[in-house]
Amino acid sequence: MQLSRPARIALRATAATGFAIIYVPLLLVLINSFNIDKTFGWPPSGFTLRWWGNAWHSSGARDALWTSVKAGSGATTIALVLGTLTAFAVQRYKFFGRESISFLVVLPIALPGIVTGVALNTAFHAVLEPLGVGLGLFTVIVGHATFCVVVVFNNVVARLRRMSGSYEEAAADLGADTFQTFRDITFPLVRSALVAGGLLAFALSFDEIVVTTFTAGPGVQTLPVWIFSNMARPQQAPVVTVVAAVLVLLSVIPVYLAQRLSSDTASGSRL
Amino acid sequence: MTDTVPAAAPDHGIKPGPGRRLAGTLHRHPRLRLSLLLTAPMTWLVVAYLGSLAALFMSAFWTTDPFTSDVVKTWTPDNFKALFTTDVYRNVALRSIGVALAVTVIDVLIAFPVAFYTARVAKPKYRPLLVVAVLTPLWASYLVKAYAWRIILSEGGPLDWALRPFGADGPGYGLPAVIMVLSYLWLPYMILPIHAGLEQLPANLLDASADLGARTWRTFRSVVVPMVFPSIAAGSVFTFSLSLGDYIAVQIVGGKTQLIGNLVYSNITLDLPLAAALGTVPVVVIVLYLLAVRRSGALAAL
Repeated sequence: MQLSRPARIALRATAATGFAIIYVPLLLVLINSFNIDKTFGWPPSGFTLRWWGNAWHSSGARDALWTSVKAGSGATTIALVLGTLTAFAVQRYKFFGRESISFLVVLPIALPGIVTGVALNTAFHAVLEPLGVGLGLFTVIVGHATFCVVVVFNNVVARLRRMSGSYEEAAADLGADTFQTFRDITFPLVRSALVAGGLLAFALSFDEIVVTTFTAGPGVQTLPVWIFSNMARPQQAPVVTVVAAVLVLLSVIPVYLAQRLSSDTASGSRL
Repeated sequence: MTDTVPAAAPDHGIKPGPGRRLAGTLHRHPRLRLSLLLTAPMTWLVVAYLGSLAALFMSAFWTTDPFTSDVVKTWTPDNFKALFTTDVYRNVALRSIGVALAVTVIDVLIAFPVAFYTARVAKPKYRPLLVVAVLTPLWASYLVKAYAWRIILSEGGPLDWALRPFGADGPGYGLPAVIMVLSYLWLPYMILPIHAGLEQLPANLLDASADLGARTWRTFRSVVVPMVFPSIAAGSVFTFSLSLGDYIAVQIVGGKTQLIGNLVYSNITLDLPLAAALGTVPVVVIVLYLLAVRRSGALAAL
């Protein structure tokens, strides 16, 4: 499409404004983590590294981080298995109800977290508690896995769609059985999509607060839950700011890796 | 490829082991393979997830003991009656849908030019970099971003400070703040699908339109917009449904504003059946929205 010069300039200006709007709040979090004031004052009256030191020694933040890592790893593992199985079924077979499955996979993430959270909470209370299993890290993992399936599913489906089946047919013609074909041909071809999907699933779990609130047992505190409950405490506010700044800096990693690993997950969004 | 007749395995004169025999059985029975693939994920999603949802909506028909707040399992449509007849609930429900629509419209208006720039105007070598620039804040924590806005909108905070030379103040905490913050939070979810849609738009269609005498604006209206509509619809699924259910950003910057998520949240411990009934509102709205959007082919574009 031929765009006039003014149209190009206008688009460039809008895009620049858009990116500025996206990045200014994040930049502000970074600046604020060095702010000397305990209560946030703008413009800052001075800068200090003290809060970074305090945050480094904050056991609450460390424990929460560790809990988040455990919950994210558990949920990602389950989501990788379930998402991959579903993706192979949907992409390689035609069967009744195939369309509904894609719909069902999307649902846990399309519905508000509060509905998913309350539903799981009620179910856990009704089913698990009589069995002697209380809410804890395990229930958090189950909750997170439910909505992480979709990212793995989408990454693998996208890869399978672009992948021709002829390599597998060739392997079968050469005498490889189902397992050998999978191990030598199919798996290496989908591996990077799995890693990308797993990364995004982990990041999604790492960020989740609502479902966590409703599925975590007492004493199980993930990093977002910790931030949320310490945000309002004046004593903790500077530490929370540093943790926030660290999370902004760390968010580059999953995006960078996922982008490197697979070009077909360029969207990398929740779906 | 799944239904082809299995080629006879070359005979190497070796007796097939149990793994090989199992592989053979699997190869000959596509239905068995399919059911093995689907059993675990479907058990999880249908039993654990849909089952929990069903249980929740069943409890919407229960009631609570007014003195002990314990759930009493007697079947009554009272909660749904209250939903339709109580002004507060109706207003909050309508306000939530209004907020979700406003956020969606704002995001489309901001996202379209940005995506148009990243997908078609910027030099091709910069495009992947720009996509990363859109993606990165997506993975910065939701809470961190909402928290940043709490600072920006605070009294005497950066926004007030920036607007003071113009003799204006920021909106402070309240409904406008909620709409601003939600639009900010979900903006990348709108930019990315539109970017993908615009990127796939074949250039020869645009050339054809120009050859037939259409000017830029006409091409935009009659070719570009209809072609990327499914992408916009795909993005709107997120902006709309995430806004409709949010209660945390509302708690952080909303002041006294109440949305449906807050009502559900505040009723959970006191009156679970009522909370469940309130929770059906976003679920019904979103499922209808998803079904409508699916007709436009948007879910395939996701």
